[in-house]
Amino acid sequence: MKKTLALLLALVMVLSLCACGSSNEAAEAPAEEAPAEDSAAEEAPAEEAPAAEGSVYYLNFKPEQDEQWQALAATYTEQTGVPVTVVTAASGTYEETLMAEMGKTEMPTLFQVNGPVGLANWKDYCYDLSGSDIYGELTNDSFALIEDGVVYGIAYVIETYGIICNTALLAEAGYTVDDINSFDSLKAVAEDITARSGELGFAAFTSAGMDSSSDWRFKTHLANMPIYGEYQADGITSTAAIKGTYLDNYKAIWDLYINNATCDPTELAGKTGDDAVAEFVNGEAVFYQNGTWAYNDVKSLGDENLAMIPIYIGLEGEENQGLCTGSENYWCVNAEADEADIQATLDFIYWCVTSEEGTSCLANDMGFVCPFKSAKAAANPFVQQDADMTAAGKVPVSWNFTTMPSEEWKNGVGSALTAYAAGTGDWDGVVTAFVDGWATEYELANG
Amino acid sequence: MEKAIKKYWPIFLLPTVCAFIIGFVIPFCQGLYLSLCKFQTVNKTTFVGLSNYGKAIADTLFQESFWLTVRFTLISTLLINVFALTVALLLTRKLKGTNLFRTVFFMPNLIGGIVLGYIWQILFNCVLSLLGKPLLTLDATYGFWGLIILMCWQQIGYMMIIYIAGLQAIPNDYIEAATIDGASPWQTLWKVKLPNLMPSITICLFLSLTNGFKLFDQNLALTGGEPAHASELIALNIYQTFYFRSGPQWKGIGQAKAVLFCIIVVAISLIQLKATRSKEVQQ
Repeated sequence: MKKTLALLLALVMVLSLCACGSSNEAAEAPAEEAPAEDSAAEEAPAEEAPAAEGSVYYLNFKPEQDEQWQALAATYTEQTGVPVTVVTAASGTYEETLMAEMGKTEMPTLFQVNGPVGLANWKDYCYDLSGSDIYGELTNDSFALIEDGVVYGIAYVIETYGIICNTALLAEAGYTVDDINSFDSLKAVAEDITARSGELGFAAFTSAGMDSSSDWRFKTHLANMPIYGEYQADGITSTAAIKGTYLDNYKAIWDLYINNATCDPTELAGKTGDDAVAEFVNGEAVFYQNGTWAYNDVKSLGDENLAMIPIYIGLEGEENQGLCTGSENYWCVNAEADEADIQATLDFIYWCVTSEEGTSCLANDMGFVCPFKSAKAAANPFVQQDADMTAAGKVPVSWNFTTMPSEEWKNGVGSALTAYAAGTGDWDGVVTAFVDGWATEYELANG
Repeated sequence: MEKAIKKYWPIFLLPTVCAFIIGFVIPFCQGLYLSLCKFQTVNKTTFVGLSNYGKAIADTLFQESFWLTVRFTLISTLLINVFALTVALLLTRKLKGTNLFRTVFFMPNLIGGIVLGYIWQILFNCVLSLLGKPLLTLDATYGFWGLIILMCWQQIGYMMIIYIAGLQAIPNDYIEAATIDGASPWQTLWKVKLPNLMPSITICLFLSLTNGFKLFDQNLALTGGEPAHASELIALNIYQTFYFRSGPQWKGIGQAKAVLFCIIVVAISLIQLKATRSKEVQQ
């Protein structure tokens, strides 16, 4: 009896030790995600590289293209034996993920920044790409992030946004896209549709939702327009203090959006990106401001019914204005990584933009327009339209929102726009957030 | 057996101590060090001394969110505990279906904060738009009271369970004796039940105070700090500082805010524990 008891007790002790061991692991696991953690990562690239060839770890920004990147990485590994790991950060969490991953011993060898402002955070970690093979493949130096002669990043995808139109509905209202070539004509068409919306059964614009899934279309992309106008007028490419010369135009286009939409302006605070997509796809509205990346969402309407027109806000010479084209996706190679890994990464990205498999995957599967010499044409009608417009002599609007001083500035403008639309704030609030906020945030970011 | 435990206690303690050191002590010390640095990733830091603390305290948004958090914590602690105790008193009265009610009241606790935040956001926005009022993210007052309602809804059930356990632990003799002595129900509550409930009150106050101060996910999901940071509590403010500011100096400032936050929470909960402990009675 005593023996059995002793045995039992011993068993319990061993079991409890095991249990403690496993709870120990459980306690470690969440800590690993915490930004302040620096223990070695277990789940980072698992396989050892053959010989000293190095390996590639790409922290991908675009969740839409995760599958394609995984497939492309597998193809590369098959062909060369170099292990490539692709990890994709969940939407809207890239900065956090990058920070956590960079703290590990197996850190990303390839990551991306969104332009000069994003670069400020990661400059010390960027390998100088001047003289690299991929830099030589760029069609134009303006697609690289260059500061003081150092090439920090290389844009790998060029995107375009504007106002996507449902041309079938537009025709029903008695117009074609050719009737719209200035702010005044856009306003006339939109207001006419609103006036007859009862009879037509649809509205001019989809809801300009200010939920975080949609507000970037206005606080970032639409706000690019007055900034572009000001930079053009002053002949600059960035500034420490914006003057807000074209804010009245910003107000005019925002008023047009919110007063000719599918819903009441007071409801915009709660409208999401999906709401706008649903309204557009269901034929409840003619216009939907978004970019080439939204093609998959709206393609069910049929290519023949889709067109993208420039966002006219009444700038001078806007009859020659094209779509907004640029990039906020720059590849950077991690300078802190091993020499062999850096070389492997450079080889990988060079292969992606030059090889048959790489270029067709980028163009066909991911639908990217790439600024590289051997890039193929992308299968996306909006991209084609942009090319046609540029060929017809229209001047593309550059992406100046990459010079916005901080995320905080965008949020401030977003809040003010929402309050203005709902009537709880006035336009002065937007002007303050735009102009004063810019100066404050620039000072805070660079002071 | 007892001798063996005396001899080998360090071995028994080892797993827990290891977990504590790895999961708490090391990150905490590292956090303290990082608050004195300018850094982007934790491996590459530049020591800058106490300047981060200066900048953190001077941040007006941080001060505003601190006072908002204080107000929020006071109101929510008070409401949660009053309601939880009331419900607990009602549900210890041998009513029919008591168990069902207890389960239902406890259930909101089983839903995660982010999910709750979004569900309540939809509910509030529906009501507000029916009333023709601006939505939740447009009016800081609605945002604040929305958070209070949400927290009450979630926490009352949990505190109720603790109070029920406390009430059931009061020996029936006390209540009987009080009744025989002619005490009214009100007097029984104040003079007999509450003094004996002090251990439960201590723990419930502690939980609701610290929960209020540390509130993050509900705040993030319900209002996201909108409009213009006016409904941003202190934990969300730290998060925003850390991730949504450009420039390498902000990480250190966010870290300094986090250390200050930790000190405040620890100090407040220690004071509270001391104050309520002194009122506890021996049965």
